[in-house]
Amino acid sequence: MKLELQGITKVFGSLVANDHIDLVVEPGEIHALLGENGAGKSTLMNVLYGLYDPDDGQILLDGAPATFRGPGDAVSAGIGMVHQHFMLVPVFTVAESVALGYEPTGAGGVLRLEEARRRVREISDRFGFQVDPDARIEDLPVGVQQRVEIIKALSRDAQVLILDEPTAVLTPQETDELIRIMRELKESGTSIVFITHKLREVRAIADRITVIRRGRVVGEASPTSTETELASLMVGRSVSLTVDKEPAQPGEATFEVEGLSVVAPTGTVLVDDISFDVRAGEILCVAGVQGNGQTELAEVILGIEQADSGSVRLDGKDILGTGVKERLRSGIGFVPEDRSTDGVVSSFSIAENLVLDLYDTPPFARGVSMSPAKVTANAEQRTEEFDVRHTSVHDPISTLSGGNAQKVVLAREMSRPLRLLVASQPTRGLDVGSIEFVHGRVVAERDRGTPVIIVSTELDEVLGLADRIAVMYRGRIVGIVDAVGEDGTPVSRDVLGLMMAGVPLEDAQQQAAQHRSVLGAADLGEEQA
Amino acid sequence: MSTATQPQQATPSEGAGPQRARPKVSLKATVVYALAALVTLFAWVLDTPADTRTTFQFGTSGDVVSIPNIPVPALGFLVVLLVVMLAATGFSFWRWRERRPLPAWTHVVVGVAFVLAFLTFVGAGRSTVIPMVSLLAGALALSVPLVFGAMSGVICERSGIINIAIEGQLLFGAFMGAVVASAAGSAYLGLVAAPLAGALVGAGLAWFSVSFRVNQIIVGVVLNTLIIGLTGFLFSTVLSDNKALWNSRMPLPRIRIPLLADIPVIGPVLFNQTILVYLMYALIFGLQFMLFRSRWGLRTRAVGEHPKAADTVGIKVNVRRVWNTILGGAIAGLGGAFFTVGSGLAFGREMSAGQGYIALAAMILGKWNPWGAVMAALLFGFSKNLGNVLSSIGSGVPSELLLMLPYVITILAVAGFVGRVRPPAAEGVPYSKS
Repeated sequence: MKLELQGITKVFGSLVANDHIDLVVEPGEIHALLGENGAGKSTLMNVLYGLYDPDDGQILLDGAPATFRGPGDAVSAGIGMVHQHFMLVPVFTVAESVALGYEPTGAGGVLRLEEARRRVREISDRFGFQVDPDARIEDLPVGVQQRVEIIKALSRDAQVLILDEPTAVLTPQETDELIRIMRELKESGTSIVFITHKLREVRAIADRITVIRRGRVVGEASPTSTETELASLMVGRSVSLTVDKEPAQPGEATFEVEGLSVVAPTGTVLVDDISFDVRAGEILCVAGVQGNGQTELAEVILGIEQADSGSVRLDGKDILGTGVKERLRSGIGFVPEDRSTDGVVSSFSIAENLVLDLYDTPPFARGVSMSPAKVTANAEQRTEEFDVRHTSVHDPISTLSGGNAQKVVLAREMSRPLRLLVASQPTRGLDVGSIEFVHGRVVAERDRGTPVIIVSTELDEVLGLADRIAVMYRGRIVGIVDAVGEDGTPVSRDVLGLMMAGVPLEDAQQQAAQHRSVLGAADLGEEQA
Repeated sequence: MSTATQPQQATPSEGAGPQRARPKVSLKATVVYALAALVTLFAWVLDTPADTRTTFQFGTSGDVVSIPNIPVPALGFLVVLLVVMLAATGFSFWRWRERRPLPAWTHVVVGVAFVLAFLTFVGAGRSTVIPMVSLLAGALALSVPLVFGAMSGVICERSGIINIAIEGQLLFGAFMGAVVASAAGSAYLGLVAAPLAGALVGAGLAWFSVSFRVNQIIVGVVLNTLIIGLTGFLFSTVLSDNKALWNSRMPLPRIRIPLLADIPVIGPVLFNQTILVYLMYALIFGLQFMLFRSRWGLRTRAVGEHPKAADTVGIKVNVRRVWNTILGGAIAGLGGAFFTVGSGLAFGREMSAGQGYIALAAMILGKWNPWGAVMAALLFGFSKNLGNVLSSIGSGVPSELLLMLPYVITILAVAGFVGRVRPPAAEGVPYSKS
């Protein structure tokens, strides 16, 4: 089926998310939609899937105009979508999830679950998915959940499959597996729209690439373009893909974690007996796929999550017994993973958000009252220093873009003399310019002799920032490696990828030497180019 | 290689570290068991003379085969029950040490032992018997509105709407059931009117919480207050002015099911009831089946757990929620009829007396499952009836204390003494597309 989008426009309030976008997807091709976070890719796909009504433009299927009033219409027209956040009910089984909305039923609306299981097995076997129809969704690794989503789409005879940022939650090995699946689907005649901001993946599998920036199509590119070309097309100016930094000058280990465990009330072991240290003036990156205990580790260090055993020592003092405020005042800077809910109070002004940590101490407080003049003056100075683009420091912080809001968080957390900086996903959802800024600040903090812990699921970020890399898998540290080996070669992505899937360091090195991944091959291509 | 074949949870045996953390198991059960054993020992065992007897009565006058009363030596029986409780305490403590969760049956064992110990103590040395059949029959009767209310709660909350208005639905059902039955001269017509009344309240809840996205708890409480005021007003004006026309007693006849009703002890309890109670049985089994095995149930649960996922497969989330809330209202309204036509009583001011809230607690205690909710409702009904029966046979325990029992159990239950409960994920959250 040939899919055409013509002049699609979608406006939210004053924001033009899609501005007359044209897109043609030929039958049986893998078409990548490349763009930064917030460029309007997902909006476009939600329009295509019938979740949003376009304000202008039309959708053509094999040349005939189609109107989708809801996802149901899109599905019956042969469009399937795998959302970035999976649309699966966690407590359902695979068979129930696939059946939902299109249930095979007998008399009186009674489910024919056997039929639903058979459907799952059929598709699963055809593409070698190895999905058990009776497994519960919440018990499955994300990679398998994604296959359930694909089965869902295929069971409704999808001829165009939209994959929205499908690799965000996958290990590199799972990504390889996904790429294999995409190729197989393509062989069987399914067209694929592949939404991403990851250049490496685009080059590895796309047949054609459409680049979107600020809601507009800014051009088409061929998969043979270099990453730098794609990046400048995507961002609109030339960007450096690497982080500028000198080799670290590490000092003493001033931050130590020993035998730390965190157990959820449900009994799940979230952090499992981990030990590591961070030296003054070095960046330790905690890598791993989302949900392997990194979030909890960061939260235990700040004190918003309770440890069950082990010790956390800063400058030789065990801090586990102390409260959050005490830890902040003792010099811990903390950038939380979810900026909008944990990093800022979105209805507060920029100035207020900048003193959330120190509002009750002089000069911001005088006795029981606050000093608005001091708060404002502080905000003027900080926003200047951290290049926060804003109209007034008294505007609510929710009026800022993600990148500027994150700069406010950084400005606040770096305003105290730091003995340790912990940042979780510091660049998630930011534009390239803000990412460069954040990385620069983090490196500057390191160079002032602060131990820094960066939790990140983005391998590119980890490789760019880290001096040492600790890989977490199911609550444990699989291994800690130097970012640059003694012979001066950086650690390979394949090794890290295997470790992110739980393979111990030595085994990972052996396996990686024997077998280069698809994305590794893309790496190779660039080296040759 | 993908991670699909990786084991879900690292097994303890492969762990290299000696101090592997293991799941937390609460000590709460052990503490409660120990308290039960202590109360038994100090309040009852030490207070019971050695040579007294307690007589349990298992028969009723209508039995085909009459069952003799069973006298037991009070102190001996108490000691046996105490040992059972102590054993359970030890067992739960051992499970806690081993960090293994406790099986559900120990709760039942300790509960039954504690109740029996209490009854034995109360009946010790008295000429009056402990009437087991009427104890159970009364428990069932008191449970009926709770079961209907809890089923209503399950239907609404599984689809994501919190139904605090069960109380109002019960009361309005009771009111309309009584009025229509009285005016039309037919108790059965009352059973038609009651669910309509409840559905009306449910529709109000759905309208405000879905169309206007008002906080569902607030809407529910306001509706309850409204119904209390409205029925109270009509009761003291219209109903009192012409009691014979609007509010005369119209009892539903009891229907005795042959053979089943002849089963000793439980037969007369379960199978000599009004049509309303038989409808309740059907509702329990029907809902349990439909919720987990039908298209309606699958979609209802999807809407309550992950409405966006339901939306992306073309299920109309808000339409489903509105209909479920109306259906739930109708069921609670039908349950309300038990207060009036179901019990052969005229309507009285605020006669639902907070049962709707207890029904909600039963639903939570039953973990949002029809079966569990029924068991919890029976437990509440039993503990309430225990208070009634004991004050009528004249025990030394103040009846006010006993009447507190269901509420104490409710608080303990809702506070999580019964283990982790997981409500539907999207409960109480209004759904809109963007």
